[in-house]
Amino acid sequence: MNIDAITNGIVIDHIPAGGGMKLYELLGLDELDCSVAIIKNAHSRKDGKKDIIKIDSEIELNFELIGYIAPNAKINIIRNGELIEKRSVTLPEVLTNVIKCKNPRCITSVEQELDHVFCLTDGTEKIYRCLYCETKAN
Amino acid sequence: MRSLIDILDLSVEEIDALIVTACDIIANPDKYAECCKRKKLATLFFEPSTRTRLSFEAAMLELGGSVIGFSSANSSSAAKGESVADTAKVISCYADIIAMRHPKEGAALVAAQNAEIPVINAGDGGHCHPTQTLADLLTVYREKGRFSNLTVGLCGDLKFGRTVHSLINAMSRYDNVKFVLISPEELKLPSYVKNAALKGKGIEYVQTTDLEAAMPGLDILYMTRIQQERFADIDEYLRLKDSYILTPEKLASAKPDMCILHPLPRVNEISVKVDADPRACYFKQVLNGKFMRMALILKLLEEAKR
Repeated sequence: MNIDAITNGIVIDHIPAGGGMKLYELLGLDELDCSVAIIKNAHSRKDGKKDIIKIDSEIELNFELIGYIAPNAKINIIRNGELIEKRSVTLPEVLTNVIKCKNPRCITSVEQELDHVFCLTDGTEKIYRCLYCETKAN
Repeated sequence: MRSLIDILDLSVEEIDALIVTACDIIANPDKYAECCKRKKLATLFFEPSTRTRLSFEAAMLELGGSVIGFSSANSSSAAKGESVADTAKVISCYADIIAMRHPKEGAALVAAQNAEIPVINAGDGGHCHPTQTLADLLTVYREKGRFSNLTVGLCGDLKFGRTVHSLINAMSRYDNVKFVLISPEELKLPSYVKNAALKGKGIEYVQTTDLEAAMPGLDILYMTRIQQERFADIDEYLRLKDSYILTPEKLASAKPDMCILHPLPRVNEISVKVDADPRACYFKQVLNGKFMRMALILKLLEEAKR
C-alpha cells in the first residue's frame, strides 16, 4: 500500500490498533481540507499491530485527547520532508471536554455551559472520574 | 475561597479542631452568641429539607447572625432557568456565606467555583453531605470519647447512602477502626468506595447480610434508610425496604455501651421502641449537627477574612 510521504505535517504513530478511527473522529480531523491518512493494523515490532494517522498539514492538536486514547503515541512533526520534532504524550491528569459525563444526576446533565471535566484517579487502571459527581468514565 | 464540598476537604486536624470548637460552644454558648453579628448566611435549598436547612438557620442565629434564602427551586431564579454559577455570583453580593442543597451531584462544587464567599455543601443529590458526617463524628466523639479503636457497623443502604460513604471516608483516617458492612446483596458498598477508603489503606472490614450475627462485636451501629428516591424500579424498592428493622429484641446481644446512630429521617428501620434505649443517639446526633455547623460557619468565615 502506497501513501505519499508528508512534506509538512504530522504523523501520529503508535496508536493502539483500533484506536485510529476514534482518534480521527475525536480530533475532528474529518473537518480538515488537507489530506489525512489513517493506516489501520500496521505492523508493530512492539505490539504486533498499531494504527497511524498522517496529516498533511501542521495543525494544532489536542495532546490531552491523544494521551487519553493513545498514551504511548509518538507525534512526529515533519517540515520540508524532515522529522524536526518527536513528541511523546502521557495519560493526562485532567480531561476537559474530551469525554462527557453520562450520569443523569450530574449537574453537567442540566447545565449545558459547564465544561465536562474528568480527573485521573487511578493511573494504573486508567480510571477517570467526573470532577462534579465522581462517576467513572466508561 | 475556602468551601466545604466533601468531608475529605477537611484534614483530620481540622476536624479535630472543629470538634474542640463545637464542644466549647456546648459548654459556653454565651461566648459565641454574637460572633456572627451583622453576618448573613444564605440558605439556598433547591430541594426540600426540613432538618438540614433549619439546623443551618438555627446555627447561624445562635451565632448572632442573620439568615436569608429560599427553600425550594420553585421559589428561586432556578425556576426561570438561572444557572447555579450565576445564582452563586448573585448571592455573593448579598451574603457572607452560603449553605446549599441541590438535587444534582456536583452542584455545590459549581457554586463554590463561582461564588466570592464560602460555600457549604448541604447535600448534592446522592453525592456528598459533609455536615451530616460532621454531626456523626461529634456524636461518636461525645459518646465514645475517641475515634480510634472502634468497630463501626453500617447497616442498610450502603450503595446509595451518601452519609455512609462519607462516614467511612472520614473514620478510615483514624487508627484501628474496623468496619462491618451490613446490607442486602443489592445494596452493598460500591467497590470504588471500598477500594479507595478500605482496601487501598489496608483497613479491616467484613461484609455480611446478617445484622444480628454482627451485633455483639459493634461499638457503633449506623442504621440507614432504604431511600425510595434512589430507585428507578419501585418493585425493587418494595422488596428491599424492610430488609433491616432494629428492635429492642435484636439489641439484646449488643454491647451495653454501643452507640446507635441514624442520619434521619427514619421510616421503619428503627422501631420507635428503641428510642427509649440509652444507646439510641440519633436525636442527640441532630443537636450535635447544629453545634458542628456553628463551628464550621465560624471557621469558614474566619478563613474568608484572611
